Amino acid sequence: MQHYDQARWSEAEGDAYEPLLSETGERTVEPGDALPEDLTRDSLTLPDVSEPELSRHYVRLSQQNYGVESGPYPLGSCTMKYNPPFTEDVAAVDDAMVHPDRSAATTQGTLALVHRLQDYLARIGGVDAVTLQPPAGAAGEFTGIRIAAAYHEANGDDARTEVVIPDTAHGTNPASAAMAGYDVVEIPSDEGRVDLDALEAAVGAETAAFMLTNPNTLGLFERDIEAIADIVHDAGALLYYDGANLNALLGRARPGDMGFDIMHFNVHKTFATPHGGGGPGAGPVGVVEDLADFLPAPRVRETDEGYEHFEPERSIGKVHGFYGNWLVLVKAYAYIDRLGDEGLRDASAKAVLNANYLAERIDLEVPYRPFHHEFVASAGDRDAADVAKRMLDYGVHPPTTKWPEIVDEALMTEPTEIENRRALDQLADAFNAAAGEDDDTLADAPTRTTARRIDQVSAARTPRLSWQALDGD
Amino acid sequence: MTAGSPFAPHTAEETQAMLDAVGVVDEDDLFDVPESVRFDGEFGIDATSEADVVAETNRILAENDDLTEFLGRGHYDHYVPSVIDHLADRSEFLTSYTQYQPEVAQGFLQALFEYQSMLVELTGLPIANASMYDAATALGEAALLAARVRSTSGSTVLVPGYVREERISVLENYGAGADLTVETVATDDGNVDVDALAAAADEDTVLVYAENPTTLGTVEEGLDAIGDVAHDNDALFALGSDPVALALLQRPADVGADVVVGDAATLGMPTAYGMGLGMFATKEEFLRQVPGRLVGASEDAAGKRAYTLTLQTREQHIRRERATSNICTNQAWVALRTAMHVAYLGPDGLLETAERTVGLARDLADRLDAIDGVSAPVHDRHHVREFVAHTDQPAAAVVADLEAQGFAVHVVDEHAIQVCVTETNEHAVDDLVAAVEEVHP
Repeated sequence: MQHYDQARWSEAEGDAYEPLLSETGERTVEPGDALPEDLTRDSLTLPDVSEPELSRHYVRLSQQNYGVESGPYPLGSCTMKYNPPFTEDVAAVDDAMVHPDRSAATTQGTLALVHRLQDYLARIGGVDAVTLQPPAGAAGEFTGIRIAAAYHEANGDDARTEVVIPDTAHGTNPASAAMAGYDVVEIPSDEGRVDLDALEAAVGAETAAFMLTNPNTLGLFERDIEAIADIVHDAGALLYYDGANLNALLGRARPGDMGFDIMHFNVHKTFATPHGGGGPGAGPVGVVEDLADFLPAPRVRETDEGYEHFEPERSIGKVHGFYGNWLVLVKAYAYIDRLGDEGLRDASAKAVLNANYLAERIDLEVPYRPFHHEFVASAGDRDAADVAKRMLDYGVHPPTTKWPEIVDEALMTEPTEIENRRALDQLADAFNAAAGEDDDTLADAPTRTTARRIDQVSAARTPRLSWQALDGD
Repeated sequence: MTAGSPFAPHTAEETQAMLDAVGVVDEDDLFDVPESVRFDGEFGIDATSEADVVAETNRILAENDDLTEFLGRGHYDHYVPSVIDHLADRSEFLTSYTQYQPEVAQGFLQALFEYQSMLVELTGLPIANASMYDAATALGEAALLAARVRSTSGSTVLVPGYVREERISVLENYGAGADLTVETVATDDGNVDVDALAAAADEDTVLVYAENPTTLGTVEEGLDAIGDVAHDNDALFALGSDPVALALLQRPADVGADVVVGDAATLGMPTAYGMGLGMFATKEEFLRQVPGRLVGASEDAAGKRAYTLTLQTREQHIRRERATSNICTNQAWVALRTAMHVAYLGPDGLLETAERTVGLARDLADRLDAIDGVSAPVHDRHHVREFVAHTDQPAAAVVADLEAQGFAVHVVDEHAIQVCVTETNEHAVDDLVAAVEEVHP
């Protein structure tokens, strides 16, 4: 078994693993006379640390953290794959760092890259027009639903007040639909897939869109996708693809070919841009030709004179103050360019192979099959959250826990293509060891991470959200 | 070069052994995709070596003209010290994700807790979240929060006429789902026209938005009055700012701000084609309605202080359609950089940076004002970083001429340009002034 001990920088006499910057030393300063007194604040109190102290603080914090480069990180539907550092370098060049208000004439390089990435994504998704503006997957969903709204409004179709989603949908789907002003209708699944009868009953003249991930969050491919598309389109609604699971299908199937009208990509998943501890990502949106006019403004097109911005005729406007998460987009472009057709196709194949092999090695039940790049195991009579905490002690990041709820004590697992067989064996050993341990061991876990089990109840009951809030402790 | 993904480590032998273990003949057998939707074509993208991708991408981007930028209006360039790249790029930070398992992620959680705390000090408001996408979307979220918390329903958001139209467009999209409309209010010499604001506000107003400094670079002198108008109409007051300005200007909590938004990546990120970091800080009473991640302090089983994401019942992965926002992936790593930069500068360095922006703007305005045909600043206000200048020539022509000479400034009106100066382009001020002189013979 792999042994793991995460760094634990404890203060000798303190009660924290690493002091807060404020505890290292704070200073209070007062504004001078740059501005009249009535236009300035009275004083400013912030940590005052030297550069070496700063460096040591953050290096220690980094050692008390875990990333994809630390070990396996099989969070379901997150696609925690290796983030190639050369993409960081490409995004850091001076030429990439231009101001968004520069004229198109003087930023032909940036516009060319935008145009190329738009084009790459259109080909990969099987769609006709792409915007790079949404700064995350959920933002892409919101953008897509706003496009659907604009489309229906342009048709004079104002009875469409609902968005339908399956019960296995990621939480951002209903949240995005609700933010866009829609009522959310959830339909039950049938043996893990969309129940066609339930779908037929749920969609109608009041439906704006049906949102779907394919493969779904159980890893199952929605075999009836063409029938689903027919049902949705017959009702005059649009079919939306959540791109979270696109890593299963690269080069093998494309949402546009399946009948999806609108889709988003998660470039921090499928196209290997780093997750950054919670972002930044990017959620480009692709649409079929009929919806291209509604895309956010501006878009980039190529003319005889070069690249230029233009505003789609019925654009929904903007979903980001500028052009989205530009540096993330550069990294995605570089990754796609590096892999090409054969690399992308192989990434999917190996992601699916790895998931299947891992499931084979794990002793837990996987009720829904055949899955693809991810599967949902059940911790059975153990608590999935406790099993996950114990897995940490074996030096792996656990899968997503307790979701989707269709599986009891769910462990939603996506190893991605980057693990070799030995790593998968170690990951399986961690699963099996943790799931086989007694209740006390599980309740005590984790014991080898920086922190022991953290009291979530106290955190929520008495929120202390800043070091200022701690001063009274 | 081997075929396949360069980041999938499988040897042919390994692949075969794994296929055997799964009980299939080849990879294709693992896919349950109906023939009718299979893609048998190609994207037409060649696999390329790392060296060639780097060279080609550099070549593409090199098509950008190398101009000295004096640009601002919501996206700024302050010097980011090297140490930040080296620290933030550490893979334990960069390649991690949301801290669903806090025990193994104390590093990032503490860094975000520190970031939140810095915003609490800068804004004076007790609650700051761990990031939104950018200033515009943070404003959109502020409007939605305001609508949610209002005791009676309302439908209007008031914004001053100086706000960028891009920001208003984002606000309108956020407002569309909650039936909110945006109305612009007149400005008075680069500040909000408070009388016009008072006239426009009514029982239907959910949010009043103002900026300090404004998009024009002006320091707002009527913040108290703006806050009063908002509260007199049972509306919230949202103030847009940035961490540099906040170190010097009136503290938002002292002028009645209910929410502070804006771009925190003014520190931590250099110019990055508009990529930003949405600040969001607010009052205790709105805590349960706050969008985005919140990091809180707690204790672990060893009795030590530990950090964790908290109050997650507000969020989409738990509350779904009843969540306060759909936001999931945010700008966490940018927040890490911003926190590092604030820590690097310390209160002295941060205040000094802010005070310098006032002096630099004033000095450049004075020098441009001395040119025949130019008067600066247009607004009789104090300025942070930037200002609007009047030119008796067509502004578009002036900007084009300056571009040809290697400088980028904004066109804001037929006879108005806007110029932004920080410590990063200060060295080129003499050349800029000479160039402006040249286009005003």
